[in-house]
Amino acid sequence: MATEDVKLIGSWASVFVMRAKIALHLKSISYEFLQETFGSKSELLLKSNPVHKKMPVLIHADKPVCESNIIVQYIDEAWNSSGPSILPSHPYDRAIARFWAAYIDDQWFISLRSILTAQGEEEKKASIAQVEERTELLEKAFNDCSKGKPFFNGDHIGYLDIALGSFLGWWRVVELDANHKFLDETKTPSLAKWAERFCDDPAVKPIMPEITKLAEFARKLFPKPQA
Amino acid sequence: MANEVILLDFWPSMFGMRTRIALREKGVEFEYREEDLRNKSPLLLQMNPIHKKIPVLIHNGKPVNESIIQVQYIDEVWSHKNPILPSDPYQRAQARFWADFIDKKLYDAQRKVWATKGEEQEAGKKDFIEILKTLESELGDKPYFGGDDFGYVDIALIGFYTWFPAYEKFANFSIESEVPKLIAWVKKCLQRESVAKSLPDPEKVTEFVSELRKKFVPE
Repeated sequence: MATEDVKLIGSWASVFVMRAKIALHLKSISYEFLQETFGSKSELLLKSNPVHKKMPVLIHADKPVCESNIIVQYIDEAWNSSGPSILPSHPYDRAIARFWAAYIDDQWFISLRSILTAQGEEEKKASIAQVEERTELLEKAFNDCSKGKPFFNGDHIGYLDIALGSFLGWWRVVELDANHKFLDETKTPSLAKWAERFCDDPAVKPIMPEITKLAEFARKLFPKPQA
Repeated sequence: MANEVILLDFWPSMFGMRTRIALREKGVEFEYREEDLRNKSPLLLQMNPIHKKIPVLIHNGKPVNESIIQVQYIDEVWSHKNPILPSDPYQRAQARFWADFIDKKLYDAQRKVWATKGEEQEAGKKDFIEILKTLESELGDKPYFGGDDFGYVDIALIGFYTWFPAYEKFANFSIESEVPKLIAWVKKCLQRESVAKSLPDPEKVTEFVSELRKKFVPE
């Protein structure tokens, strides 16, 4: 088991940083959290991720790992003898988990974010409809992947749970902003229950940001145009 | 059950090339099926309903989609020879990072090079060269991206080479003069049987891109 120095560069509000945090918690790894200042990028961040200049960056024994999903896989592999497995064990299940994690980042998240950046009601409605459609696919994916168990990964939270679950705080903020519920017992019964279980998980509960704090931060990041 | 492997693909696709190479690296027998992208087969639509794209790898009736995911899948299922990802977790993270970089940056940049003209094309060409230079710098003096052994990042990148003459033709520049070390790496990869068998003739690709360009840049 690796016991060297572990640092995580990030921000309390970032979905992608949260993924790394959950993985570290799952494996009971102690780490130093280096909070970036909003509006500027630290020298360490720029030095550790010169290509993208983005957070999160995991620094393990002075070696940086970038990109949230890659960090999660790294944590699973570097600390493979501690804590539960984050990736499923069967290659086919791993391929499916990777597929949906990529879908979440490349398609689902883009439409979720476009609700916050929408100019005018028409654009907002279109984005909402798109998120509805894409969330339906995730509901089906959950049923297929979980096979009746509590999480995408089965009995314990894993890669795909982390990929989607990290969005739950922001998702709630978007629901409030758009005055539209995406996760509910009638439309998305499986995901609605999964969301509660995910947020209650001991690896997640202590680090899920408060919705009111996030909503305030969202107003800073996505200011509304003056009427 | 015997291993039945089908690959739904489109011959000039740099993504399909990745999966072809990976299968050949592992010595896996597979049935290659050419798709007409203007008339997608029912099998393609059934096996990749979300994206409706090639390549689609069908292993014993079950689909695996997205080329980079297919390459990892092939490496994990046929783990007995020619490892594609290294075994060290940090090296694996680096390999994944660079394959992801190629997917995030190179495709969009190269598209501007052949599918646009004027200022937009010039800007695309600049980006494209910059990205290749970053990759060349990452390669450094190593024989392959992962070091001594041909692997994941090499597989992720090499297919784009077949489109290089097309880029050079339509944007009027020489890639070798910009990134000579990268071209040397290309030549080394081409000596590998799995690569030589999986890549189409770049001249044929240029003809194909020529036709395609007419749709985007009416002359």
